[in-house]
Amino acid sequence: MYAIRRWSSRHARGLERLYKATRPGILSGLRLVTRLFGKRLDRPITATERLLKGALFDCQMCGDCVLSKTGMTCPMNCPKGIRNGPCGGVRANGMCEVKPDMRCVWVDAWNGAAKMEDGDAIKDIEFAVDHSRVGQSSWLRLARDE
Amino acid sequence: MSDDLDFVEEFGVNPGDPLVQRPGHVSHGRFERVLRAGHFAVTTEIAPPDSVDPDEVLARAKLFDGYVDAINATDGSGANCHMSSLGVCAILTRAGYSPIIQFSCRDRNRIAMQGDLLGAAALGVCSVLCLTGDDVGAGDHPEAKPVFDLDSISLLQTTKILRDESRFLSGRPLDAAPRLFVGASINPFVPPLENRVDQLAKKIRAGAEFIQSQYCFDIDQLKRFMARACDMGLHEQAYILVGVGVLGSAKTAKWLRSNVPGVHIPDAIINRLEGARNQKAEGRRIAVELMQQIKETPGVAGAHLMAYRHEEWVGEIVKQSGVLGDRKPWAPEPLDSTIGVVTPLEEVVDSITGTDS
Ligand code: SF4
Repeated sequence: MYAIRRWSSRHARGLERLYKATRPGILSGLRLVTRLFGKRLDRPITATERLLKGALFDCQMCGDCVLSKTGMTCPMNCPKGIRNGPCGGVRANGMCEVKPDMRCVWVDAWNGAAKMEDGDAIKDIEFAVDHSRVGQSSWLRLARDE
Repeated sequence: MSDDLDFVEEFGVNPGDPLVQRPGHVSHGRFERVLRAGHFAVTTEIAPPDSVDPDEVLARAKLFDGYVDAINATDGSGANCHMSSLGVCAILTRAGYSPIIQFSCRDRNRIAMQGDLLGAAALGVCSVLCLTGDDVGAGDHPEAKPVFDLDSISLLQTTKILRDESRFLSGRPLDAAPRLFVGASINPFVPPLENRVDQLAKKIRAGAEFIQSQYCFDIDQLKRFMARACDMGLHEQAYILVGVGVLGSAKTAKWLRSNVPGVHIPDAIINRLEGARNQKAEGRRIAVELMQQIKETPGVAGAHLMAYRHEEWVGEIVKQSGVLGDRKPWAPEPLDSTIGVVTPLEEVVDSITGTDS
């Protein structure tokens, strides 16, 4: 939801802390699950990721999560799918060129990143999304180092 | 950032023949030579016709003869259909001009774009401007599918990989790599203002060697932006050309400001136009002054004059601004002294210059 997504980028600092604290646990949990069940639990795990990140960030399940680098703002909500934004069309009031009722995703991203400890990661270059991975779980990919 | 000034204007027997690539240059184009020679460069934009007539392209280009160093061919600008930028550039290249092909990510995926980059280079195009592109909803085909498989920064990287690593994104090697001078656009005048320099730095890191900015009507903002860019040394890593627009009237200015994404026009400019007796002449005067102020701004390597629907004013504005000094950019010679130059028909020139002036 738009309002929650905006809240998340405003609270990027807290979410970053939460992410850093839980990340090792989640990843080792997923590694354990993989060892015990192979890929049999992939679907429920992916569904959980979709539900959770969907609620908090309007996550689009691009399969290559960059939330922790983009101010806890999902760049896939940019109508142009830009991974290195913003574009040059941002309105003077900070709203999106394409959707005037939506705040530019990348304005929120840079603001969110400015609050984060590792906010400078937003300056890293991200290559365009690998479309063969869309819909897959980024968590599982990280855990399995794929 | 400069080497010898000589031979910048040299060309082969046929004006479309490729120039010799200079040591340290990435392309064999004249535009790169002008910039690397340390000149203040002037570029402009050609509006691709809604036609298959090559004479129309040449007639439009002829308006700029002797005043610009390179001509940008727009790629379905504003998401409207026109002749492709590749077609326009092929025609211009044959006549000896230095076109900059604009590549937008809106209409093609990475397979098509890599193919077209090779095609453009094979046709003699030497410079490419990598853009994300406008929203399809802005144009005359709002029902079209927006592609955006890549964004401008990924496209910059892709072009660099083709050129410097001589391979496709897939890793498959090329037999001959494209020699392209790679550019990107910036807009220092819209939010998030504090991060626009970071965005410029990112584009340079991704491979941009020259930059063309969106319209600059706000010199103070430009100065703040360029001061930060110079602090970071960015002006030494890429040639930064600043965009200049030509406003025909206060009404047009207001319309542009509220309808074209990314256009920032301060009230002072609009008031000045409104207060003028001859708004058209005032619009040209504003452009002339902007060109001069841009040239004075530290770190700027050139101006990109976009005179949409006022192309016939480009020469006059460049001349009056004096930014070229006594340098005269290359232009095709008349038909009798050069082999292979197609001189556009007078009527076509008239029909273009006659409209809307
Ligand atoms: S204004 Fe922002 S959200 Fe909208 S298309 Fe441009 S970068 Fe994406």
